[in-house]
Amino acid sequence: MAEMFSYIGKPIPRKDSKDIVTGEIKYLDDLKFQNLLYGKVLRSPHAHAKIKKVNKEKALNLKGVKAILTWEDIPDFRGGTPRIVRVLDNKVRYVGDAVALVAATSSEIAEEALNLIEVEYEVLPAVFDIDSALKPGAPALYDEYPDNILPGGTIIYGPNCLKGVTRGDVEKGFREADVITEGTFGYENIPNALPPETVGAIALWEEPNKVTLWATTQAPYMDKVTLFHVFNRQLDIRSIGVHCGGSFGTKIMCWQVQSYAILLSMATKRPVKVVFTKEEHMANFTLRLSSRINAKVGMKKDGTLTAISGTWYVDTGYYSFTTQAQVAIGSGELMIMAQCPNWDLKNYVVVTNRNASGSIRGFGGQELKCSFIPLLCLAMEKAGLDPFEVLKKNFVKPQGGYYWRDGNWYNFRGIDFSKAMEEGAKRFGWKEKWKGWLKPTAINGNKHRGIGVGVHGNADIGEDTAEAYVQLNYNKTATLFICAVEHGTGQKTNLAKMVAEVLKIHPDNIRLTPADTLVTPFEFGPVGSRGTYAIGSAAINAAEDARQKLLEFAAPKLGAKPEELDTKDGVIFVKNDPKKSISWRAIGNDRTILGFGRFEPDYTMCNCMMTFVEVEVDVETGKIDIIRIVNTTDVGQVIDPLGLEGQLNACLGSAGIDSAIFEETVLDKRTGHILNANLIDYKWRTTAELPEIENVVLETPFPSHRFHAVGVGEIATSPGPSAILMAVSNAIGRWIYEYPITPDKILKALGKISSNKFDTHSNEAFKAMGR
Amino acid sequence: MNNKQKTINLKINGEFYEFEIGEKDWQIRPHHTLSHTLREILNLTGTKISCDDGACGACTVIMDGKAVLSCLILTVECDGKEITTIEGLKDPKTGELDLLQKKFIEHNAFQCGFCTPGMIMSSKALLEKTQHPTEEEIKEALSGNFCRCISYYQVIKAVKAALNERR
Repeated sequence: MAEMFSYIGKPIPRKDSKDIVTGEIKYLDDLKFQNLLYGKVLRSPHAHAKIKKVNKEKALNLKGVKAILTWEDIPDFRGGTPRIVRVLDNKVRYVGDAVALVAATSSEIAEEALNLIEVEYEVLPAVFDIDSALKPGAPALYDEYPDNILPGGTIIYGPNCLKGVTRGDVEKGFREADVITEGTFGYENIPNALPPETVGAIALWEEPNKVTLWATTQAPYMDKVTLFHVFNRQLDIRSIGVHCGGSFGTKIMCWQVQSYAILLSMATKRPVKVVFTKEEHMANFTLRLSSRINAKVGMKKDGTLTAISGTWYVDTGYYSFTTQAQVAIGSGELMIMAQCPNWDLKNYVVVTNRNASGSIRGFGGQELKCSFIPLLCLAMEKAGLDPFEVLKKNFVKPQGGYYWRDGNWYNFRGIDFSKAMEEGAKRFGWKEKWKGWLKPTAINGNKHRGIGVGVHGNADIGEDTAEAYVQLNYNKTATLFICAVEHGTGQKTNLAKMVAEVLKIHPDNIRLTPADTLVTPFEFGPVGSRGTYAIGSAAINAAEDARQKLLEFAAPKLGAKPEELDTKDGVIFVKNDPKKSISWRAIGNDRTILGFGRFEPDYTMCNCMMTFVEVEVDVETGKIDIIRIVNTTDVGQVIDPLGLEGQLNACLGSAGIDSAIFEETVLDKRTGHILNANLIDYKWRTTAELPEIENVVLETPFPSHRFHAVGVGEIATSPGPSAILMAVSNAIGRWIYEYPITPDKILKALGKISSNKFDTHSNEAFKAMGR
Repeated sequence: MNNKQKTINLKINGEFYEFEIGEKDWQIRPHHTLSHTLREILNLTGTKISCDDGACGACTVIMDGKAVLSCLILTVECDGKEITTIEGLKDPKTGELDLLQKKFIEHNAFQCGFCTPGMIMSSKALLEKTQHPTEEEIKEALSGNFCRCISYYQVIKAVKAALNERR
């Protein structure tokens, strides 16, 4: 039975709610600055070219133009993983790569100036997918990596960063298997998370090396860290987070737009704003990873996995920022969902001449799972097993474990999620509906129904460090100093609720500082689902520390020991004799009671989400409708029920479930241009077609922090896409492997229209390289 | 507006404005969109620009009782129009929120909040025009408002709650 709390678990309006519904809340582009200049980026029309010559003269003569920068004007500032990507280079690597930066007195003038810059290119051959990038003799994007394969590992995950999974003896495992399946499966439609607010930054540079930065970001403190390295460790950066209009993981990758604003401010000594247009947002900012596996899985008749081996190919576009980290997390997440004694899963991070892929909700795990589960489905079909039972059986249990991002093995000390899975299955009616593989649950004329299930779990709930201060004030309020921006999850209010619960004062009496690195201690950012456990722990620990100091301060005044005291509603009292009390006013206006809290990473637990879907496929038109979705999870303790509901409903958004049906970024592989970089041609779900969603949330206490809760928001999008593939295959009685399942793919599978001769999943390149 | 006209008059959130048309910094230029004028000239930044292309509904305002996309309307075309933006919904004297705004708060009908002003203005126009809209009509009225957090379900609940309370 869950503990009784005053604020935790109660629906308390978000602190920012009034400002949101009145339009008063300020996002980046709403901020006003004196003397502001507007920055724009000249982008390459070629996918791969050397810049021979740039003539800025005409553009510089345009009235209102204050600065134009090209690679020749700036030092060798670099970012990316590895750090090989110059902020401005003499080579462009995708259609849209930055060639020059302009600052002008209005965005119209800056735009006009872009048209007046003359650039001479030497066009180079380009590669647009994994196959062509890995062909022997393929053009290389980077001289440092002539085979277009980036080195594994990322420095922030430590020297032994997980680069793949090797465990046990796969040969032995396959010998023990009753069924073995093998093949190549991909999730290569590079959908876009597409937050409504675009990406941008405003920078103000001051002599000799100070920069103040306001940005569309999810993680202002990490921006400071990243930019420190980009600018060769010479800049003193104050990073200020602004209320963020959606991120879904993408806006931790804003170092380029931030660098542009900083460089232009350095050049003009004025504040400069660079905000991408929606087209730039969609064609020149983070996409999902393109993922493909060539793998083999062994399974016993009872669904026990015996061996998993193969290679995961990840196409990261023209550079990587977080891709190796996503490979590490994705690999660990696969171990969480597929407990198996024998592994040999390698990977290659491949660069191609298209816009970059990177950090997005699902963070490698969604991409790998969407490729792996179709392979697992073939094994389950062969063994005649119910996928719900197999997924439930193989998800990590308390006696299990996994390798995580730092390369270490972790014994799992979380809860058994089987109960949540079973409850979800019951609410969905899985047992009644499941008719076997490739069998529809119902047929009504042209309309065939099918069901599918997917699962995902992430041990990032306790990743990275977080720090916070809590200051107690004599007016019976508290101030939480934390570098957290609100990006939609309600996290800031949730942190206030946790502090309020510890201090036993109402959350309205907790104020939060802005996310300002000059004011707050370190906080990594609300990535993954770490907000509740990792960030929450820092806030809780700071509140407990402050509370302890308060009681120590009051003890002599009350003639008692600190441990004999408690505080509630701004009054400190003796527990056994509550009449003996003093108000927080005794702190006085000349004293600061400040608590400090820190969270150290803990990878021993994960969250879990299982998603059941029912689809209806029109076998005449190929159109798919999602009829019903049931998400099931166990969060230990709900912090905010309405916020949680929103997070789970989000399974349909940010390149989630719909990436199985209609969401895709369409790349013209002849020219490298993205053909649907606008909100009309990129398909998105509207209120006109909303499936029924039911969210099942259990509360089995976790051994996390004092409220026994863990976060779950990030993973809502991840189990759905492969579940849709399964459901559609079952509905039409044919295997469908390719995302998104647009109507033509249904009709091709049913033999109603002819298939393309060219097989997009050609394995020639792999064979040629002996991989 | 005829070609010779040098000024336009608008009523925005109950206040009257007269703008000069021209190329100077303080004037409304013929190519300025209504969303630009609202945000950059009047500092009414509650109206959001997302796609700036008429596809996403973030810039929705109410013009003469109808929900319109302010990124697709030139300000010079708005002479004589009455416009309400998200800032104009609360009671100007008491500061009391509109019923829809209250219900959006109660139902947590937003996540990042960027689409919310547009959602509320589309809902407001529907409620002004239709006494008892069905759920389908609500969904239809909101179908031009893009939300990637998927606040849709909670938005629909909030709009229905406002309808119930109005009855």
